[in-house]
Amino acid sequence: MSNPKSRFGIHGGQYVPETLMNAIIELESAYNKYKDDPQFNAELTDLLNNYANRPSLLYYAENMTKNLGGAKIYLKREDLNHTGSHKLNNVLGQALLAKKMGKTRLIAETGAGQHGVATATIAALFGMECEIFMGEEDTKRQALNVYRMKLLGAKVNSIKDGTRTLKDAVNSAMRDWASRVEDTHYLIGSTMGPYPFPTIVRDFQSVISKEIKQQMMEKEGRLPDVVMACVGGGSNAMGAFYNFIEDTSVRLIGCEAAGKGIDTDLTAATMSTGRVGIFHGMKSYFCQDENGQIAPVYSISAGLDYPGVGPEHSYLKDIGRAEYVAITDDEAVNAFEYLSRMEGIIPAIESSHAVAYAMKLAPTLDKDKIIVVNLSGRGDKDVAAIARYKGEDLYE
Amino acid sequence: MSNVQDVFNHGKAFIPFVTAGDFGLDLTESLLFAIQENGADLIEIGIPFSDPTAEGPVIQDASERALKLGTTPSKIIEMVKHARTNGLTIPLAFMTYANPVFNFGIENFAKECVACDVCAVIIPEVPFEEKHEMSDIFESYGISMISLIAPTSHDRIKMIVSEATGFIYCVSSMGVTGMRNKITTNVGEMVNLVKQTKDIPCAIGFGVSTPEQAKEMAQYADGVIIGSAIVNIVAQHGKDSIPYVSDFVKAVKMAITD
Repeated sequence: MSNPKSRFGIHGGQYVPETLMNAIIELESAYNKYKDDPQFNAELTDLLNNYANRPSLLYYAENMTKNLGGAKIYLKREDLNHTGSHKLNNVLGQALLAKKMGKTRLIAETGAGQHGVATATIAALFGMECEIFMGEEDTKRQALNVYRMKLLGAKVNSIKDGTRTLKDAVNSAMRDWASRVEDTHYLIGSTMGPYPFPTIVRDFQSVISKEIKQQMMEKEGRLPDVVMACVGGGSNAMGAFYNFIEDTSVRLIGCEAAGKGIDTDLTAATMSTGRVGIFHGMKSYFCQDENGQIAPVYSISAGLDYPGVGPEHSYLKDIGRAEYVAITDDEAVNAFEYLSRMEGIIPAIESSHAVAYAMKLAPTLDKDKIIVVNLSGRGDKDVAAIARYKGEDLYE
Repeated sequence: MSNVQDVFNHGKAFIPFVTAGDFGLDLTESLLFAIQENGADLIEIGIPFSDPTAEGPVIQDASERALKLGTTPSKIIEMVKHARTNGLTIPLAFMTYANPVFNFGIENFAKECVACDVCAVIIPEVPFEEKHEMSDIFESYGISMISLIAPTSHDRIKMIVSEATGFIYCVSSMGVTGMRNKITTNVGEMVNLVKQTKDIPCAIGFGVSTPEQAKEMAQYADGVIIGSAIVNIVAQHGKDSIPYVSDFVKAVKMAITD
């Protein structure tokens, strides 16, 4: 029978070949053993605080607030974490767990390269072997991150299958894991895949909402009215939402990638255009054709260029607890430039999708309302690609 | 209606796999007849999926070629129905991924299996824990949803086998499908563990690619499954592959019959 813990409503589950079943069962029992273990948590907290630079700042974006003339906007500065994104929170947790399980090799998929860089970083820190799977298309648009991973000692496999993006990188990582489960931990980078991954990744990322809550109480003495974040697989959004799910006064808004628009084929807006399906180990919403083939999605943002979404997001959508909106490439690029000029903060193109929606929503809300935007990563990696998008002949 | 048990009533069973729609469904239909004539006992018809995460490069490429030619589950079903009315009597199984079946509607898919006399389905990414959603429906239509066991299954074998129907697909190698020079798993031990739980036929697959390997594997089990080696012949010879596949099927069947 399907493990009841693996389900988020109808979503989730463990749709993996028998070859991998014992590996994910072993992972679940290791996680259950260590998640409340004081020593494990002390080690993790020490790494988060003294290596990753947590807690991250909750920054009042005063210029942006005044310029938009509506709700007060705070930015949760996950971009200030070591390696430049929220990805490290999960990588530290899972890598520590893998080490306790006696694994000596980490593998990971990556889209924008942020998760690959975070994994390669911790593999270097822990002295573990590391192999990253990245679509060939993404290795081109995120060339700097490829070099970064190599510099950190990881092997980067450029994947030439299918659409040559994140989905194909996940396929290859799953194939590799099935051939080497004994010594290898597949360090999934988002709240996706077979259980227990969506739960583990969410728990390790929930430090984001835990901190937001605490910092908001200190600064404003109350809960925010809106928390928003970009959604690809959904890890930074789940992390930002999780501790607010019970606080029903807080609106939770996920911003997915519309690409060229949700009425075009060039989109990665799973919630707006997808249907329930089974893929990458989980039941969830997926962009797919009428025959159940996974659709070749598109977004300017390599990190959001994924045809599925984590199962807990699908559940939050089904029960109406979270809203999901789609942001186009143009809107995201506009937000990328806006935040750079307005606050002197260059956001990742992924995070720019959330900034873009804040720009739409804030002016419609009263000045006593508070919006928190999870700024999941920094945009240095995107500068060259955005310059090209704007028609400049700039290469790294 | 054909029956999975019959597959194992003619000595050691040979179970070849073909990717439906690779070089066109007309070729697939001709291959089904050629394989039947050359002594195979069951044919696995692969319904191609866009993201075949359990496959090695040979079947990945074949799936991509088939999809590019516009192959769909409905067209494959029509092809099989056509073959059945033209004298194809060999037992058949569909092998595919969860999403094409889920998207088709599990019950609709089961009804179509009955309509084209397909007696089994194999969906490797649906393990024991998740199978009831599909197997309850398939079994109610008299179709076996084949259970797989892997070199890593160990203490799970008893649980899996106790609910299994049809036959047990013994995955002989870790990783994905594909041709391997050497199979290092102790498959004899895997089969013994199965038989201790239940008297059910065992077929060995994943990595078996030559008549010699098939012969060796057949010592330990009731049948041998070969996929990538056949798909590779089709990849090499395309529309002219029928005599080559026929020779290969004949050679394997002879090797395991001796």
